[in-house]
Amino acid sequence: MSAAMPAGPAGRRDPAWAGRVFWLLAAAVVLWPLLVLAEFKPWLLLSPASLKSTLRFLADFLTPRLDAEFLFLVARETWRTLAIATAGLALAWLIAVPLALLSVRVLSLSGLAGRMGAAPALLRFSVRAVLVVLRSVPELIWALVFVRVVGLGVTAGVLAIALTYGGMLGKVYAEILDSGDTQATTALLRNGAGRLQAFFYGLLPTSAAELTSYTVYRWECAIRSSAVLGFVGAGGLGQQIDSSMKMFNGGEVSTMLLVFVALVALADRLSAWLREALG
Amino acid sequence: MKIGLQGVSARHPAARKADPSALLALDLQVAAGEQIAVIGPSGAGKTTLLHVMACALQPASGRIDLDGRDPWALSQRDLQRLRGELFLAPQVPPLPPRQRVVTSVLAGRLPRIGLAQSLRSLFYPRGIAEADAALARFDLGDKLFERVDRLSGGERQRVGLARALVARARLLLVDEPLSALDPTRARQALASLTQAARDSGATLVTTMHDVPMALQHFPRILGLQGGALLFDLPAGAVTPERLRMLYAAQLDELQGPPPTHGQVAVATATPAALHCR
Repeated sequence: MSAAMPAGPAGRRDPAWAGRVFWLLAAAVVLWPLLVLAEFKPWLLLSPASLKSTLRFLADFLTPRLDAEFLFLVARETWRTLAIATAGLALAWLIAVPLALLSVRVLSLSGLAGRMGAAPALLRFSVRAVLVVLRSVPELIWALVFVRVVGLGVTAGVLAIALTYGGMLGKVYAEILDSGDTQATTALLRNGAGRLQAFFYGLLPTSAAELTSYTVYRWECAIRSSAVLGFVGAGGLGQQIDSSMKMFNGGEVSTMLLVFVALVALADRLSAWLREALG
Repeated sequence: MKIGLQGVSARHPAARKADPSALLALDLQVAAGEQIAVIGPSGAGKTTLLHVMACALQPASGRIDLDGRDPWALSQRDLQRLRGELFLAPQVPPLPPRQRVVTSVLAGRLPRIGLAQSLRSLFYPRGIAEADAALARFDLGDKLFERVDRLSGGERQRVGLARALVARARLLLVDEPLSALDPTRARQALASLTQAARDSGATLVTTMHDVPMALQHFPRILGLQGGALLFDLPAGAVTPERLRMLYAAQLDELQGPPPTHGQVAVATATPAALHCR
């Protein structure tokens, strides 16, 4: 049978090899036009002219501005950024929780015995549609809208984060709740418990750690996102970074980026600690 | 609670159209306060029968009535209220791993108490004494404030049974209550369960794989095979011949010679085989 092959098991070829080469080449052929379309020209970064300006800008970063006056300003803006992120996330949570509870399939009474009824299915579909609309508009756009409505400042940032993150939290909460172990919840519903009772005694304790860690992660994202919102005048550290960038003041930008690194690391620790406490 | 099944056929919601029904035109009458064990080979439809009785599964055809009411003719709200009067204990105890035992047991009371009280009970458990008494019946009094995931499989199963007692249901439907218990614990758990049902006048229907134990503790035995009733007899009339017919395909489930008429099974020496099915 193996007469055509060289003797011994070492001579056998992996038959999957040809297919693997083909798909690698096919991927390259498909991706090349995408790179051209995206005007991906990394060598421009290395041209002498751009290299010179890049290095000058980066050199500024090496010496963060650390005098007391500036640090006080940064501390105040950091506090404001944290306030924007936290208030925005709290509002988002208020939007997300009821919508998530409405769209969770596990808590359906008519779905307990066979198929879900038409009306509850329609309700769940429309709640999901609301969540899609909320999160498909980027927070930057919401912020531009709210800056026009409530004027420049923190409020616009808070509202923008609340709406977009409400949509994200609602969707992911519902998915976490639906994909966890639903046995405890179903058993409670089958024994006559109400939907909210089944949520608090079955669904929530089953997925509390996942929900918490996702919420803390979103808080971290909200901190970062409030920086971007600052660029359109929604207050906080972002606004400071924007003005420092416009003045080509790399030292100031560097200080504030370091603060961001610290904040993200803080959120990371907080999440790890909370998961341990709940796990 | 009285149960009546007339020509009930049912299939599992996830079953394919081509699969045979799990229950085929089943007729059954159960009087209030009766205690019944359902035995039969794996896949005979025992769990499906419990689910139909618990209003967890709507029959494809036929009629079920509980205390003379057709649950599937009720409104959603009334059906849920009716479900609150019965208790279905699944084979695998449905307990969130991070919950404490006291909360898991007291969850059995949820249909009896309002939302406000159940939320208050999460903050500080109300009814600690009730949970403690129920756990003590299953020899778990010291585990009241443990977390569920720190318990062994057998302990979890008994926590599930303690929840059934706290529910104070009028119909107890218990699926395989002994699958994770050693012989001594199994006997004790079954005695506590039947005694509690007797005390409250509740109807008790359990599925069992341990045939000698079923014959010993239950006055009425249903033999289920391929979704149909093979026999419905007092425990004393269940002969070895009938059991052999019931388990024709799986003789090993009989665990040695079954008890004969008049002589109640002396189960002391029987090995506890077939624990997890």
